[in-house]
Amino acid sequence: MSAKWITRGWGALAWFCGLVFFAPVAWMVLTSLHSESDAATNPPSLTAPLTFDGYAEFFDSGAWPPLINSFSASIGSTVIVLLLAIPAAYALSIKPVEKWTDVLFFFLSTKMMPVVAALLPIYLFAQFSGMLDNISFLTLLYCSMNLPIAVWLMRSFLAEVPKEILEAASIDGAGLLTILRRVVAPIAMPGIAATALICFIFSWNELLFARVLTGVVAGTAPVYLTGFVTSQGLFLAKVCAAAVVVSLPVLIAGFAAQDKLVQGLSLGAVK
Amino acid sequence: MAVLTRERSVVDRPPPVPRNKYPKWGRRAPLLPALIFLVVVTQLPFLATLFISFMKWNSLDPAGRGFAGFDNYVTVFTDPDLRSSVWNTIVLTASVVIISLVLGLGLALLLDKKFAGRGLVRTMLIAPFLVVPVAAALIWKHVLYNPEYGLFNGVLNWLGFDAQPDWISSMPMTAVVLSLVWQWTPFMMLILLAGLQSKPVEPVEAATIDGASSFQIFRYLTFPHLRQYLELGGLLGSIYVVQNFDAVFTITSGGLGTANLPYMIYQTFYQAHEYGEASAAGVIVVVGSIIIATFALRTVSSLFKEDKR
Repeated sequence: MSAKWITRGWGALAWFCGLVFFAPVAWMVLTSLHSESDAATNPPSLTAPLTFDGYAEFFDSGAWPPLINSFSASIGSTVIVLLLAIPAAYALSIKPVEKWTDVLFFFLSTKMMPVVAALLPIYLFAQFSGMLDNISFLTLLYCSMNLPIAVWLMRSFLAEVPKEILEAASIDGAGLLTILRRVVAPIAMPGIAATALICFIFSWNELLFARVLTGVVAGTAPVYLTGFVTSQGLFLAKVCAAAVVVSLPVLIAGFAAQDKLVQGLSLGAVK
Repeated sequence: MAVLTRERSVVDRPPPVPRNKYPKWGRRAPLLPALIFLVVVTQLPFLATLFISFMKWNSLDPAGRGFAGFDNYVTVFTDPDLRSSVWNTIVLTASVVIISLVLGLGLALLLDKKFAGRGLVRTMLIAPFLVVPVAAALIWKHVLYNPEYGLFNGVLNWLGFDAQPDWISSMPMTAVVLSLVWQWTPFMMLILLAGLQSKPVEPVEAATIDGASSFQIFRYLTFPHLRQYLELGGLLGSIYVVQNFDAVFTITSGGLGTANLPYMIYQTFYQAHEYGEASAAGVIVVVGSIIIATFALRTVSSLFKEDKR
């Protein structure tokens, strides 16, 4: 009997921790569905009537262009990163170049250089070449931000393709394209999905570059959020609605692919 | 005639050289686009930063632009704001990473046990990491910390406490750290949980049969296995938290003694327009990161060797 109660105790503790960590998210969603006056009460009102006014105001305030900018920068950079990273990973795993570990560590080391050290020259270049407030330029920067991670991830996935199968296929006369399509691709697909998920999330979340390099035209959703609270009066419900909308793509993608998330975050070290 | 010669030359030409006659460049080719792109976008700007750091350059005073020697470095090193921002960066990064690792380890150990609704609890625990960082910072600042109608003071009120503290102004650094710990604990938990679940079962069973206590099993079997996952989580967490801008920018706007290096450099260049000084600070940050990264890379490389074994 005591063992059973200990198990139940651990379970209860886990539930308690889960609820504590989830509470701010739940509260954000609940507040986003309240009217402004119900959102700003102390003690908080749990049972106030629900309304979508906060969401309506957020979208009416011109939230679509920044959301679309965020989508195009995130999806665009993810696609470009995959196109660059997959061949590179191939040359680091399946048919490795000499000193491939050095190359791999070079990629990782660029990730350790603080973004902020490169910010000024990038800003000056953008100003000089008329690329300020241009979503394509931001997309390219997001590529450089995610490329090292993508190369690491894709390498760890491609390294799992068994050498014997590759040799057998080429002895049987399969050409490079056939091998890539029929042997490598099926094994690498889950890895590509994990890589794409991580690149999308990091690009979607990015604030510093977007804040410095974009303005009214190419501003992304995070930049729009930071400017959203300066308005007068009560704004809690509106801010919560905005936060929910902006976080929704990441929440959906992350929940739908929890295992991919772990693989991606650990740079492929966890399978 | 020309056509004919050309056709002839095609016929006469030796068969195309098989790819593996040039194994080196054939192998390098797929790597080059990524490598060149990365060098151009990440290394060249740094050279420019290095160059600008030796210039006297305030964008509001274009006429005064010129060579400054080491003046910017002297300014930066003698600037008390910069020194405090270095300290803030260390405090912020170390406390967020260590606290998240400890909490993440605890949660991972809990989630490694079987109980009803484990999947749901795991999903709830991941949620904070999936809230966009700026959005999370805004929620913490306005919806949780707000002294008049924030959730924290609301709960205090509910529980019958009279105290209604102004969280951000009374403990600004803790407020920033807490919001980041909330976001990074799930990350650590995910990595550590994956580590726990990849642990071989047989040694634990054997130890149990031999009468080992659960603490001994944790100390001598689970922990050594988890060590590399703890290192990985700590390393990746540090890479991201050391560069944190969103939380500092949103919650305190760098005020109340919370400005970290990324925020300070952002401010020097974006608001004060001191390009030379911002670049010198940038160079110092990079040198600091290289020193830290050397140790960090050693960690990854040891993990990596184990992986290859």
